[in-house]
Amino acid sequence: MQITADHVIKFIETITMRVKEQRDYLTQLDSAIGDADHGVNLDRGFTTVLTKLPSVADKDIGTILKTVGTTLVSTVGGASGPLYGTAFLRAGMASADRFELTVDDLAVVIEAALEGIQARGKSTRGEKTMIDAIGPAVDALKAARAAGDDLLTSLRKAVAACQAGMEATIPMLATKGRASYLGERSIGHQDPGATSAFLMAQALLEVLEASQ
Amino acid sequence: MKKLINAPEQVVKEALAGMADAHADLLTVHYDPDFIVRADAPIANKVGLVSGGGSGHEPMHGGFVGKGMLDAACPGAVFTSPVPDQMLAATKAVSAGKGVLHIVKNYTGDVMNFEMAAELAAAEGIEVASVVTNDDVAVKDSLYTAGRRGVGVTVLMEKIVGGAAEAGADLAAIKRLAEKVNAHGRSMGMALTSCVVPHAGKPTFDLPDDEMEIGIGIHGEPGRTRVKVGHAADIAAMLAAPILEDLPFKQGDHVLAFVNGMGGTPLIELYLMYNELHKILAGQGITISRRLIGSYITSLEMAGCSFTLLKLDDELTKFWDAPVLTPALRWGY
Repeated sequence: MQITADHVIKFIETITMRVKEQRDYLTQLDSAIGDADHGVNLDRGFTTVLTKLPSVADKDIGTILKTVGTTLVSTVGGASGPLYGTAFLRAGMASADRFELTVDDLAVVIEAALEGIQARGKSTRGEKTMIDAIGPAVDALKAARAAGDDLLTSLRKAVAACQAGMEATIPMLATKGRASYLGERSIGHQDPGATSAFLMAQALLEVLEASQ
Repeated sequence: MKKLINAPEQVVKEALAGMADAHADLLTVHYDPDFIVRADAPIANKVGLVSGGGSGHEPMHGGFVGKGMLDAACPGAVFTSPVPDQMLAATKAVSAGKGVLHIVKNYTGDVMNFEMAAELAAAEGIEVASVVTNDDVAVKDSLYTAGRRGVGVTVLMEKIVGGAAEAGADLAAIKRLAEKVNAHGRSMGMALTSCVVPHAGKPTFDLPDDEMEIGIGIHGEPGRTRVKVGHAADIAAMLAAPILEDLPFKQGDHVLAFVNGMGGTPLIELYLMYNELHKILAGQGITISRRLIGSYITSLEMAGCSFTLLKLDDELTKFWDAPVLTPALRWGY
């Protein structure tokens, strides 16, 4: 099984749905340690993305992801706009002109996205950010691949690692972003960015499982 | 939640429409992407000054667009950084070939969005320099945080740098002056109540009736401590002491004292706090030679205030005194 451009369109549509459903939850997580706008901002961004999808429905995966990236940069604002925007732009560059992706390609694409986030946010693992969910997912994807797992098995492992990474942000002390102003008081709260990253990972798995 | 609004998602646009009509002599409002620009921009032979940030801090930044201050301001959603499209469009609208300075408050989102906008502007051949304000002494350890927040100094910087730009200074000189203002200024704020973000509909944080947050940020970020509300004199001392020891301000210094309201505090209390600050500074041999009292960098309806002290020299004083004509600050014209 490979990931097709059609899967990618469905992936983006599914993220949009999940973000809308979880909007208040994400905002609630953000009000505990941030500024109470993460769900609202992502919802605004992906709702706009949805209107752009028809124009790229027959395009390569790179074009689809780049369109998602530029739209997020233009509509989300805050910190998550440049971060997710850069992630999708880099993912799009890593999948330029491709209509199908193997599991190996997927690892390359997600790692490009992760590197984009790290560069834009000048952040690394262990700072209570979305990187703490995406980093372990990339590791798990590569490890599964090295062990010879197929696409779905690899992705299931990556999503499980992503969830574990998200949950591991709860006891972390935030040292980046607005949550860092809380100092010790940031401990005990799950990071909203790590949570939205997990929703996206889950959306990809959901689409691929449904198309099996 | 009781607010004078129609719908949360319309608040920023409808307020912009009001500003556009109220101040058509000074500024023009562009929509999609949203930015406020001097009515006569671009000004020939002048460095363009662009700032921006989340809405909810009015009159900052849109109220400071006009002669002798900002050329353009980019309002984001309430408490959310604007997007690069806005900053790029504003940068192009004010660019007169002498370069453009971005004045950015140190918040993760603002810094990243302005950074992307500067990259895009550079790709279009516009020379952009950036300065980041980070004057909030409430944030103690910058090593383990996103760094000190940009607060009251931003207002003073926009005025002072605006004066220099109007006088024809080049981009390098403007950037140096902006960095000097940031280096010479320190702030600290406090809150008596929380604020309500329109789309959230409930207070950003809970603060019991008899408590106050010392070191609050302008988005309701927590400060250093939460204590029982005391007398104004004690609160003034709690705000002034960390500012004075941080720079440090010394006996013989001349300062600009900025007593700012957070949005929900009446001017009578701000003057009372200014009086307390004046006594504290006089006691330490520090002279207030310029002052600004009022609500200029706010946090919606939050009650509370902040102090900003800027150590003055002849250059800073000269450009502070220079004429300004904007919706929120005007003198000399």
